[in-house]
Amino acid sequence: MKVQSAMFYFPEEVIEHIFSFLTHHPDRNTVSTVCKAWYKIERLSRREVFVGNCYAIRPDRAAARFPGLRSLTLKGKPHFADFDLVPPDWGGLAGPWIEAMARSCPNLEELRMKRMVVSDESLELLAHAFPNFKALVLVSCEGFSTDGLAAVARSCKSLRELDLQENEIEDRGPRWLNSFPDMCTSLVSLNFACLKGEVNLKSLERLVCRSPNLKCLRLNRAVPVETLAKIMNQCPNLEDLGTGSLLADQFSEAYVSLISALQKCKKLRCLSGFWDASPLCLLAVYPICANLTGLNLSYAPTVQGQDFINLIQHCVKLLRLWVLDSVGDKGLAVVASACKELQELRVFPSDLFAAGPATVTEEGLVAISTGCPKLNSLLYFCHSMTNSALITVSKNCPNFTRFRLCILEPRKPDPATNEPLDEGFGAVVKTCKNLRRFSISGLLTDQVFYYIGKYAKALEMLSIAFAGDTDQGMTYVLNGCKNLRKLEIRDCPFGDGALLADVTKYETMRSLWMSSCDISLRGCKALATKMPSLNVEIINEWEAEMEENLNNGVAEVISNNNNKHINNGNDERKVEKLYVYRTVGGPRTDAPDFVWTL
Amino acid sequence: MEGKSSYGGNMEYLKATELKLGPPGTDIRQEATSGVSTRPKKRAMTGPTEQHTKSKVQVVGWPPVRPQRMNSFRARRNETVDESGGVYVKVSMDGAPYLRNIDLKILHGYKELRTILEGMFKCSSLGGAEGYDEEGYAITYEDKDGDLMLVGDVPWEMFVSSCKRLRIMKGSEARGLS
Repeated sequence: MKVQSAMFYFPEEVIEHIFSFLTHHPDRNTVSTVCKAWYKIERLSRREVFVGNCYAIRPDRAAARFPGLRSLTLKGKPHFADFDLVPPDWGGLAGPWIEAMARSCPNLEELRMKRMVVSDESLELLAHAFPNFKALVLVSCEGFSTDGLAAVARSCKSLRELDLQENEIEDRGPRWLNSFPDMCTSLVSLNFACLKGEVNLKSLERLVCRSPNLKCLRLNRAVPVETLAKIMNQCPNLEDLGTGSLLADQFSEAYVSLISALQKCKKLRCLSGFWDASPLCLLAVYPICANLTGLNLSYAPTVQGQDFINLIQHCVKLLRLWVLDSVGDKGLAVVASACKELQELRVFPSDLFAAGPATVTEEGLVAISTGCPKLNSLLYFCHSMTNSALITVSKNCPNFTRFRLCILEPRKPDPATNEPLDEGFGAVVKTCKNLRRFSISGLLTDQVFYYIGKYAKALEMLSIAFAGDTDQGMTYVLNGCKNLRKLEIRDCPFGDGALLADVTKYETMRSLWMSSCDISLRGCKALATKMPSLNVEIINEWEAEMEENLNNGVAEVISNNNNKHINNGNDERKVEKLYVYRTVGGPRTDAPDFVWTL
Repeated sequence: MEGKSSYGGNMEYLKATELKLGPPGTDIRQEATSGVSTRPKKRAMTGPTEQHTKSKVQVVGWPPVRPQRMNSFRARRNETVDESGGVYVKVSMDGAPYLRNIDLKILHGYKELRTILEGMFKCSSLGGAEGYDEEGYAITYEDKDGDLMLVGDVPWEMFVSSCKRLRIMKGSEARGLS
């Protein structure tokens, strides 16, 4: 029939053009499964790939499937690795990925990695293998030094972005800044705030002078006010600035110079850094506050009390604010009255050891929710919280997509009623229909999980600690949260019954982490047997602790072959740390001794 | 609600009645390992026993903040602990047969430090304003992270809290530092 032949002849170029409008990864994944022809067209035209778990697929396979790849995002270690729950040398190596890309995807322009181990050799390879390389973003990574940065600076001729966020970088001296090309650089964004060591200030000034496109610059603590002032004079078009150390004498030339330089920066929208900020240095910042959309004061314990209030009351266009809890409920009340556009708030703990009079409580959070109805993302560390406060907050702000509340003392009840916080957190999931990320704390029973399973239908990531009573709690979540992708649990009384309640569920998720729970080796083995498409990994830190003891000379322990331990008959042993994830790559080939794949 | 006390519940009470050496509220093992880095690339690894320590804030990986933030807490905490006593650091000089000890707390700034050190080691020139000169010596120090730093870059208070030991280097060797 005429219609049928028209359908069969549909040029590839047209389909490819249609696909180019699909930027959302899940959409592209979906079209690739329609038929072989579409799979082929999609894979050849794909420019961006996001790999949420670097062990979900072998690097070679990913690289071979998408030869036209321009941008790759990789995540390695489980999230709890950020809090020292994953032993060093666990894995998450970037090397195999960079090598695979170097072989198959020469057009790579951007590489974003989070919680991965990157070596200097890998950075060296990266610098030479991709002629169009433009952007390197490393978040919470480790394993490399400033030598690796030098290699990237030296050889990536079109480098636009070098963004280092909270990495552990070995400092081999300040010479890496000299490695950027002598001619004009194409740098648009440079962030080395996490570098702990000294910086060659003259090199930095020269680099800024020959980088006319610089829009974002985040310095580290070693850069003094004098240099900052010189830099600001060179870049009046800067949009995002991370200061160095803001310690300065108010009568110094440097301070005066900084004030005049900042006033010229009409495009500045985002500020961070503020190390050692003296109140007087803050005065220099006032003139630009009215246009700020982002402000990060979370490394500035000196900015508190009236100084903070004086600063924040000018920031009427603020969208994102990160502060320390030392600003107190009073400070948050001012935020609530001044920052009506606020969308994201993070309040970090300033002192773990004492609840001083100036730290935040539920009052601060309620004030924020009352004054800032557009709030959709929250990270809040506090010493206590009440159910009624949480209920009020969720009524005021029904738009939360990310809600993370960390009460510093584990299992702390509502101090007003001495009850668990089930109702409070339950109110959040009931009213916030778009909640995608949720972290809960304080005293919690199975009831809160009942609410989460029943109401949190959009939930993708859930973090639980010191909560729940029985297996039923975890089962509610597995059964109810249809869109759950990541579940991480520590110190909860969930056992084999919960783990095995719905084993096929884990195939629909990226990963499950359970540590210090009540699961046994028998349960984990059962899971591994039932679900061959999952990697069920146990982290046995007994080995790691032994190594540590041997090095410290604390104890003499005889090391046995690990494999004997898995099958020596005692399957009732509790498993300390379990990491389960779906994969098409099979068991890890790079797992260290202390990681057992069942 | 029937509270099921588990992981750390009973151990908390047990640890609370233990007799320990040291100021109240400190954990000796934590203090002992905080400044030491045997393997620079390895993060501080606390064994299973840390999970059952008395103070709730010393549970492994709790509160959930990233290492960089944790380290800034520890730095501030060590500062307050040291306030009661002096800050004694060893001073070595290249070529000298023995080391000296000096209390940074009693000094008021870099100028005074240089004067004292000159007196101790009887050197004629211990570096001018730049911290070093061609023929003389440079004063360097080892900081909390184990890095070798040139004295004089950071504010005095910050230097006192982060300096672990001092080393007087020959000028020619010290030039690489700036």
